[in-house]
Amino acid sequence: MSLPLLLTIWQVLSMIIVNRLFPSPIMVAQVMWDAATEGRLLGDLGKTLWRAAMSFVIAMALGTAIGIAFGRVRWVDRLFSGWLLVGLNLPAIVIAIVLYIWLGLNELSLILAVILNKVPLVIATVREGVRSFSDDLDELGTVFRMSALRRLRLIFIPQLTPFVLAAARTGLSLIWKIVLVFEVLGSDGGIGYRISIMFQFFNISGILAYTTAFILVVLAFEYGIMRPLERRILRWRPVRN
Amino acid sequence: MATGPELKIDIAEKRFPGAPDALFAGLRLDIAPSSVVALVGPSGIGKSTLLRMIAGIDTDFSGSVEIGGQAARAAPTPGFVFQDPRLLPWLTAIDNIRAADPDCTHEQAMEVLGRVGLAGAGALYPYQLSGGMQRRVALARALVVNARLLLLDEPFVSLDRTLVGEIHALFARLVAESRPTVVFVSHLTEDAAALADRAVLLGHRPACIVADMSLPIAGAERDQATLERYRAMLDGALESDGD
Repeated sequence: MSLPLLLTIWQVLSMIIVNRLFPSPIMVAQVMWDAATEGRLLGDLGKTLWRAAMSFVIAMALGTAIGIAFGRVRWVDRLFSGWLLVGLNLPAIVIAIVLYIWLGLNELSLILAVILNKVPLVIATVREGVRSFSDDLDELGTVFRMSALRRLRLIFIPQLTPFVLAAARTGLSLIWKIVLVFEVLGSDGGIGYRISIMFQFFNISGILAYTTAFILVVLAFEYGIMRPLERRILRWRPVRN
Repeated sequence: MATGPELKIDIAEKRFPGAPDALFAGLRLDIAPSSVVALVGPSGIGKSTLLRMIAGIDTDFSGSVEIGGQAARAAPTPGFVFQDPRLLPWLTAIDNIRAADPDCTHEQAMEVLGRVGLAGAGALYPYQLSGGMQRRVALARALVVNARLLLLDEPFVSLDRTLVGEIHALFARLVAESRPTVVFVSHLTEDAAALADRAVLLGHRPACIVADMSLPIAGAERDQATLERYRAMLDGALESDGD
C-alpha cells in the first residue's frame, strides 16, 4: 500500500505545482519507457548492477572471513580493531578519490572502492555474531562427539547466518548508494554516470526516470530475493506480530 | 545381555578459576556396570560439574575419569541430558534428535520421539514446543544415541507430575531392557527413590560423599510403599547431613 500512496501523492503534487522541474510520475514513466526501449537505460542499469553485485559478493566473502577471525582470534582483534574503526569511519568519497588517483579512473578502482567501504561493516557485524556464539551449544557438540564438519554445519553456520544476513542487508543499502556516487565521480557508464550528465542539463525527468528504474530493481531484489530468502533461512525463529 | 561400562572416578582436585575453595578434593567413586546411580545433594555442591567431568565436557581438573577402561573423552558417545533442554533452535524436534547421532535415521528418531509421547511433534521447531516438551525431546536425543552410558542432569524438572510418572516408567523400562549404566543428578529425592539402585549423597566443601545408599529393589518393580520408604531414607540422610 505504501508505494501506490507515494505515487498518488507525487501525482497530485505535480498537478498542483505545475513546473518543468517537477514532472509527474506518468511523465517520468514515459521517459523511463523511452530510455529503456530506445536509449541507454538498460545498458547503464546492467553496468551498475554488475558493479554492485561484484562488490557485494567479494565484500561479503572477505568481510565474513575476516569477521570470523576477529571474533575467534583474540590477537587479531587486538591488533586490528583500530584499523577497523578507521575503516568504519573513513568517508566513502575519500577512499574512491584516493583509489582513482592511485589506480586510475577504471572499473577496478571503482569496485575496489565499494568493497573497501563495505568490508569494515561486514567485519564488525560478523565479529559481533561470532562473539555472541553460545558456549552451551559448543558443549553440545563436545558431548555428542560431533566431527568438526558436523559442528560447522549444525552449530557454527546457523549461529552465524542471522548476522551475515544482517550484514548483507545493511551492506546492500550502502552499496546501492555508493556505487552511484562513485559512478558520478568517475566512470564510463552506469546509472550514476548518466545522472551526472543529466544534471548538467537540468534534465530532471531523465534523472527521476533513471532513479526510478534503479529503485524498481532494488525493490524487486528486496521483495523477490532478500525477504523470501530471509524467511526461509530464519523460519526457525518465532514470528513476531 | 549387554551391559553398560564401569566408571572409575578419581578426582584429585577440581577448582574453578579464581575460586578460593576446591569444589572436589580427593573424591573417589566407582560405579558398577549397568547400575543406576543418583547423585543427590544441595544445589551448588558440584553434582552437575561432576556429571560434566564424566561426560568429558569439563576436563580442567587433576585426576581421572575412566569409562570402561578408557579416558572420558575417548569413550564412546554417552547419552546426555543437560539441565536445560539445549535444543538447536534452527532444527525441528526430529532433526534435533538426529543431530546427536549421524547414523540415526528419520524412522529411528520418530520411534524415540514416540516413546517420549511426542509422536506428532517431529516437525515442530523448539520455539513451538512447551518447556516440558523440549525436555522430552532432549531426553529422546539422549536415548537415540543408543549409548551404554546415560548421563542425565536433572532430567525430570519442569515436567508436570503426571508426565513424570510416565517418563519414570519409560526410563525404568529402558533400563530393564538395555541395561545401560546411568548416572543422573537430581535435587528431588523422589526421582532417586523411583529410579536409582544406588544413591550417592554429596555434601560439604570440598564436596565428598556423605552417604552411599543401596536401593536394591529394581526400579520397574517398586510399589508405592517401597517408593515412600526409599524416599524417606534419602530425605533422612540429607537432613542428618544438614544438621
